[in-house]
Amino acid sequence: MSSTDQLLAVVPPLSAKGSGRPSGHGHLRGADLRWAVAFILPYSAVFLVFVVYPFAYALWMASKPSLYAELIEDPSYLPTLVNTLVFVGLGVNVKMFLALLLSGFFMRPRWWIKALLAVYILPWVIAAAQACVSFHWMLQDEGLINGVTSALFGINGPIWFNDRWLGVGWNIIAYIWKWMPFWTVIFLAARMRIPREIYDSAEVDGATGIRRFIHVTFPLLANIYLLCTLLSILWTVGDFTTVYLVSGGGPAHSTDVLATLGFHYAFDVSQPALGVAAAMAALPVLIPIAIVLMRKLQTSEVEL
Amino acid sequence: MSTAPAHPLPMRRRYRRRRFLTEAGSVILGIVILIWSLTPVYNMFLIALDPEEGEIEFDGNLWPPSPSLDSFGEVVTQQARYLETFWHQFGNSAFIGLLTMVLTVVIGSLASFAVGRMRLSKGALLTNAALFTYAIPASFLIVPYFRIMHTYGLADNLWAVIAAQVTFATPFAILILQLYGRLVPTELDDSARVDGASAVQVYLRIYLPLMMPALAVVAVYALMLAWNDYLYPSVLLAVRNMTVAVTQGQLFSDTDAAWNAMMAAAIIYVLPPIALLLVLRRYVVASLTMASAGV
Repeated sequence: MSSTDQLLAVVPPLSAKGSGRPSGHGHLRGADLRWAVAFILPYSAVFLVFVVYPFAYALWMASKPSLYAELIEDPSYLPTLVNTLVFVGLGVNVKMFLALLLSGFFMRPRWWIKALLAVYILPWVIAAAQACVSFHWMLQDEGLINGVTSALFGINGPIWFNDRWLGVGWNIIAYIWKWMPFWTVIFLAARMRIPREIYDSAEVDGATGIRRFIHVTFPLLANIYLLCTLLSILWTVGDFTTVYLVSGGGPAHSTDVLATLGFHYAFDVSQPALGVAAAMAALPVLIPIAIVLMRKLQTSEVEL
Repeated sequence: MSTAPAHPLPMRRRYRRRRFLTEAGSVILGIVILIWSLTPVYNMFLIALDPEEGEIEFDGNLWPPSPSLDSFGEVVTQQARYLETFWHQFGNSAFIGLLTMVLTVVIGSLASFAVGRMRLSKGALLTNAALFTYAIPASFLIVPYFRIMHTYGLADNLWAVIAAQVTFATPFAILILQLYGRLVPTELDDSARVDGASAVQVYLRIYLPLMMPALAVVAVYALMLAWNDYLYPSVLLAVRNMTVAVTQGQLFSDTDAAWNAMMAAAIIYVLPPIALLLVLRRYVVASLTMASAGV
């Protein structure tokens, strides 16, 4: 396999996995087979004890139909579903799209842009809890944000966490702030694999600027963009820290998402089964996404 | 310039103007990124540098009126309220973070080696199962975990947190190692096998060194996940056994807590991951640019 083939491996969805390899499937024998089984044993044990068992336990806890009737009757459950949808839908898509654009900016060969990348990654290094607490304090009545708006424009901002949509909005902003750098670096790595020659020939054909992005860069990155978005959706539906520590779910649980409402049921009002059921209601959406993700990874050669 | 086209000047001027606009645009974007990235960090320093604890930090100041490093001293000497056991908590964070890192790298690389390199039949099932872990977000499993850890006798035990973090870090590790492993040619493995090397020798002497860049990425990812997580340590550990990342969160609506010290602790807490990133920078950059260099 020449290096160019490898570089282009991002592009075409090759039909077979591990193409270009001697086919050796299922030919492990004797000591090799024993070693291979021994090597997967640790992870299999982790998976059985810490994924399968807790998942089965959760299903068992959430199996009583009356729990779901109780959920539907709870006036804060439907708004929570809407919040989760808005938080994930806006948060993931805005974050991913900006990360894709910014990864192009960070490709520019300037010394100060390299230095800026180090600063830009900082949010990913800071613990989510501590960063979110900083956001929470920044948005208090006398916090930094209102201080800046009154110093610059002479207006004192609203009490941010007194309104449902302002609270949801700030949760999304804090979430994007925290997680955009991680995905930007992933896209940056993917962009680095696009050979210079492709851009050169695109330029000869007259594709520059936005047209180059639409017709050259984006098609090359579309596959990895989709995979990252799916993975990010799965992770974001479970994001507990941001909402719990930026808006705190308030006012009156109007900005809660499934993860924080489930936590509230389980640990604040001591109804663990209800807490599990609240979260499990998302599985019909999450499992298909996970299956699409697996399929995509199986059938396409995507890098990092 | 004698061979320049018929209208050299307007062309060059247009080209120059475009270049100037692009440069100016990227400087403006750079400033926006700088402000965006640093505002919450600046807020941490603003609060940490204030010598007074309590509500005084929140009176609309854009700059601490009389900045001092006292709060950092109070954290380090464990005199700040709610941070009396700062170094104990810091040690817990380090223990959980390092063990999660090591276990994730070992368990993930062994599984990836068996599936990707030894081509274990039906090995794809394992990687699929691993990814399936993410179909159930970690926060949805916190209640069963809490119960199960009690039955395992691991209540308020650091190992309970380590187990949870390894569980949720390893699928991503396997994913990265699988994807990166496809870039590394198998010829070396094959010729070593022909020379009579055992599977363990190939894993230790060939696979691990070749995969160093990807392993560095996995190690950083796992450490960050465990070092920075909030939910699992806060539920599975008792108050005196917390990690540093949890303390601030648990008091977040308490205006009376010594917030200058809390933020000073948060700033100190960021330093070890930054140091690790600096140490592993070479490998991380290598793994990111490896394919462009053509392996």
